[in-house]
Amino acid sequence: MTARATLDRRELLRLGAAMAGTGLVVGVARPAPAGAQGASAPFAPDAFIRVGADGVVTVVIGYSEMGQGISTALPMLVAEELEVDPATIRVEQAPADMRYANPLFGLQGTGGSTTVRAMHEPLRRAGATAREMLAAAAAETMGLSRDQLVVRGGIVAHEASGRRMSYGQLAVAAGRRPVPENVALKPPSAWRVLGRPQRRLDAAAKVRGQARFGIDVRLPGLLTAVVARCPVFGGTVAGFDATRARRVPGVRHVIPLPAGVAVVADGYWAARKGRDALTVRWDEGATAALTSAALSTRYAELAQQSGRVAKHQGDADAALRDAPPPRRHEAIFEVPYLAHATMEPMNCTAHVRADAVDVWAPTQFQTSTQQTAAQIAGLPPAAVRVHTTYLGGGFGRRAELDFVDDAVRLSKEVRAPVQVVYTREDDIQHDMYRPATYTVMRAGLGTDGLPTAWWARVVGASIFARFFPQMFNGMDESSVEGLTEHGYGIPNQHVEWVRHESGVPVGFWRSVGNTQNAFIKECFVDELAELAGQDPVAYRRMLLASHARLLGVLNAAAERAGWGSSLPAGRARGVAVHESFGSLVAQVAEVSIEGDAPVVHRVVCAADVGTVVNPLTVEAQMESAIVYGLSAALRGEITIDRGRVVQSNFHDYQPLRMHEMPRVEVHLVRSSHNPGGVGEPGTPPIAPAVCNALFALTGRRIRRLPIRAEDLRRA
Amino acid sequence: MPAYSLTVNGRPRRVTVAADTPLLWVLRDTLALTGTKFGCGAGLCGACTVHLDGAAVRSCSTPITAAAGKRVTTIEGLHPQGEHPVQRAWIEEDVVQCGYCQAGQIMSAAVLLAQTPHPSDADIDAAMAGNICRCGTYQRVRRAIHRAAQMGGPAGGGAP
Repeated sequence: MTARATLDRRELLRLGAAMAGTGLVVGVARPAPAGAQGASAPFAPDAFIRVGADGVVTVVIGYSEMGQGISTALPMLVAEELEVDPATIRVEQAPADMRYANPLFGLQGTGGSTTVRAMHEPLRRAGATAREMLAAAAAETMGLSRDQLVVRGGIVAHEASGRRMSYGQLAVAAGRRPVPENVALKPPSAWRVLGRPQRRLDAAAKVRGQARFGIDVRLPGLLTAVVARCPVFGGTVAGFDATRARRVPGVRHVIPLPAGVAVVADGYWAARKGRDALTVRWDEGATAALTSAALSTRYAELAQQSGRVAKHQGDADAALRDAPPPRRHEAIFEVPYLAHATMEPMNCTAHVRADAVDVWAPTQFQTSTQQTAAQIAGLPPAAVRVHTTYLGGGFGRRAELDFVDDAVRLSKEVRAPVQVVYTREDDIQHDMYRPATYTVMRAGLGTDGLPTAWWARVVGASIFARFFPQMFNGMDESSVEGLTEHGYGIPNQHVEWVRHESGVPVGFWRSVGNTQNAFIKECFVDELAELAGQDPVAYRRMLLASHARLLGVLNAAAERAGWGSSLPAGRARGVAVHESFGSLVAQVAEVSIEGDAPVVHRVVCAADVGTVVNPLTVEAQMESAIVYGLSAALRGEITIDRGRVVQSNFHDYQPLRMHEMPRVEVHLVRSSHNPGGVGEPGTPPIAPAVCNALFALTGRRIRRLPIRAEDLRRA
Repeated sequence: MPAYSLTVNGRPRRVTVAADTPLLWVLRDTLALTGTKFGCGAGLCGACTVHLDGAAVRSCSTPITAAAGKRVTTIEGLHPQGEHPVQRAWIEEDVVQCGYCQAGQIMSAAVLLAQTPHPSDADIDAAMAGNICRCGTYQRVRRAIHRAAQMGGPAGGGAP
């Protein structure tokens, strides 16, 4: 640690102490983002621990709770070293502030299954630092040395004399102590909180209807806005007639926006009726003729062209030429656009005044929420306070800023607090979708049946070019992730990407490129196993011989699922294995076909997520990710007609329901590796596991999603 | 605009709203009871489920005219301390994730248990098929309903 960094940290501690009033405040130092390392790299805090004179321990988190469990996991990290029960910790949501930037992004945001990975070490260090300051304060007060004292359960005790002091009694004195350097962290063998099941700390509020989501924000004088948005992507308002809308009782304002025309009213129902009473003429723009069928045709044409090379190892073309036709294989895979359809429709509340802005947002991206609001309001970012609420699901959708943009513009215009609410139809038809892609896969097998060549060409749109235009360098790694790095030992590999922007905006969708590419990769490898005359699990074992962790989860899933054992007539198993976000997951799905529909009865999931913080959360997230991916595989499809999204609500965009829920069994493979991601890695394997199981039943390969009845008829 | 009287969580309320206003928005916007959630506006997802005279209804598709003069129970009024057996079972089974749909899930489950104190899996499928959870907590919802059934205690649908 450099002297400069230490100084910054101490300055920060003083600042924190001032903020907190009496008591101990500890800032968390973090290493600079990768690439910015060096003697002058700044240290800045991600979070604070506050120990009040009342003994209450508060952990301030700069991340967003969207169901993935970080508001339980992060306090657990502190609790382990601070020696308190996690259930006693109060969690406070941080404002938008670069001191809370995600060290893996350099921005304050939650995504990419990064939160625990980023905070595992810094929060334990913060907890240990706070503990040592409290213990030192106790030692001074008691006239003893630190090593005569034991810290446990929020108490510093001298066991020989029975003297005890609580954190509350020590907080003020501890806050005056120097910050110790390099406190020792407990070895994992001494952990009593981490790795043990901890029920969610937000459960009571959520089962009592007390948890406040973005859409629950209520303020004096709050107005509600519903926006008429151009049904065609990229279209604009050509003109509108608000006469009928203004006649709806409760409608206060009708305001044109970049996104469309907003009706601002007393409450949702008036705003909604007013919106529906608007007559808007649209300039539908360049996308007005787009259809899904035309896009598929265009993708197929583009797949004849070469693309930007994402991976080139050995000589895949030569190896393909060397494999004679029976051992040369080609398959084409297509996946559709997918909406996120979080349970809480998009919304945001803003209150713009002359000199300050408050934004209440269920957002995954505080930094850009603050910047967007500042820009629209014409104020410096520091004048914008971002209040992160609970998120009623995120899945990547809430990294976007469309809802923030609308709310801030409207509040600025009407000079009152405004909550913009998307109807479910708005939410499904104005999303940033999981990209639709068209992928050509080729492989050549050696005489032993193992692949000598792996060749992929992906056609699709770029998420990063839209989301981070300044950083886009022509290659969008997310388009090919999962196809380039897969752990399979294949000597010659070539992967390329042909970019095509259809006009439909694309965004981050739970596990991003891995969703479609794991489907493609794992179905294609299953085809290769068949070509080689090998069992799908045995074949993968050979290909993963040098990848111990993927092999570990594959073996665990196969064993727990009883791979190879007999099943009732009409049932079959399929397998898939995939690494994403630093975690490795294998799944075995057990399926049948009833009528003309697939039924998934059981999913066995083996996960190696590295060091586990909360096994209950890991299990829950695997279940969750499986359901999310299964909904997409069985029915998820956004289609485009005349530049418009065809689907509109849960009758034609249908998530899995209770009666369709398979029995999911999650097995955690013990691991001492660094923590991997948890929220997303369970999604990629489920679609291919199900499709491979259906092949085992029907003899037909499923190469497009969602799974269609006509693709299930026996070969 | 006309006025309507109804009993919400045991308390008589009088609201002045347009006749076509769904009960959901009366609860959320007029009475500031935000525990009941907006999910689809079309009775497709169950996030807005409340009890109307003890029956589970989708409040987004129930106009105020259909609720006038009746007893409405929302998640806030399911149990005075928030410790209805279903709520306790939900915590013990660590059901919630994002939590947004859970008020609706709990209100549906409470009526199921009031009517069928020891439901089978098929009963649960039938009663809960209208409640979507995008976090995929269904397996835990099922376990929690079975657990609540074992707890017994006050019937869910009969809350005031």
